[in-house]
Amino acid sequence: MRVIVNGEPHEIASESVAALLRELDYEGTHFAVALNFDVVPKSRWLETPLKTGDEIEIITPRQGG
Amino acid sequence: MITFYGKEFSSRLLIGSALYPSPAIMQQAIRASGAEIVTVSLRRESAGGKAGDAFWSLIRELGVTVLPNTAGCRSVREAVTTAKLARELFGTPWVKLEVIADNDTLQPDVVGLVEAASILIKDGFEVFPYCTEDLGVAMRLVDAGCKVVMPWAAPIGSARGIIQRDALNLLRDRLPDITLVVDAGLGAPSHAAEALELGYDAVLLNTAIAKAADPVAMAAAFKAGVEAGRTAFEAGLMEARDFASPSTPVVGTPFWHAVS
Repeated sequence: MRVIVNGEPHEIASESVAALLRELDYEGTHFAVALNFDVVPKSRWLETPLKTGDEIEIITPRQGG
Repeated sequence: MITFYGKEFSSRLLIGSALYPSPAIMQQAIRASGAEIVTVSLRRESAGGKAGDAFWSLIRELGVTVLPNTAGCRSVREAVTTAKLARELFGTPWVKLEVIADNDTLQPDVVGLVEAASILIKDGFEVFPYCTEDLGVAMRLVDAGCKVVMPWAAPIGSARGIIQRDALNLLRDRLPDITLVVDAGLGAPSHAAEALELGYDAVLLNTAIAKAADPVAMAAAFKAGVEAGRTAFEAGLMEARDFASPSTPVVGTPFWHAVS
């Protein structure tokens, strides 16, 4: 199905947030996920389903002022 | 000591983590500044990327308190979601709240700022709002529950120092119980000293240190400037006056005659 990840369209097979992170090869440990502007806590990545058109943001700590 | 939302700190300098020539110099400059609170941001991680992990380990080595920002957010919705992502990622209720109205000046959207602050405080956040020197806006932020208010000195990264000195004075006078931080626009240690002399509780800066020819030395200079300004404020500055007043005693001046 087609979803938006960090502003870019992606064709994915994954049906959950956790599966998506594996499918896209996210290996780091420090990131957070928002699904359609709602934060998905790490404890719910496995059980949170994805559907066509979802907007997913995957963010990490960066330099800031 | 200075208190932010019930937590005590000894340094009155809050420092940013961006724009340094290298990660090693960032760490050295932060240590040299004596800052105990460091701002960080949240950015998208590319697929397979580990940039966030690398940066986070550098910050953790410093043993500082992290203040995540919502830099770049242009709407209430973006800022609120970014703050919630920061809470999830860093496990802190603290957020430096920025809602930006204009790209060229990075002028805060004060209307959106008050709305976002109100939403976040109801959700348990402890908000450090980046705002202008406008007293009405600061009062609305306090009404919303902000215990800290952070007016700019000048536009972010402009190094111009305090432009609206009278307005900042008025804020200090009208909000005696609020922790006030001058955030953004400071370019020199003397600017930081001036903010502390005005009775501001602290300053937050980044570019003036990170973009100096020697960021580590400049961090030390800002530390000294902040300490001098605070000591001067506590010592009680004399009032300015319009005419000269001799410091050397007049009585006994050689050849002196009491004539006008």
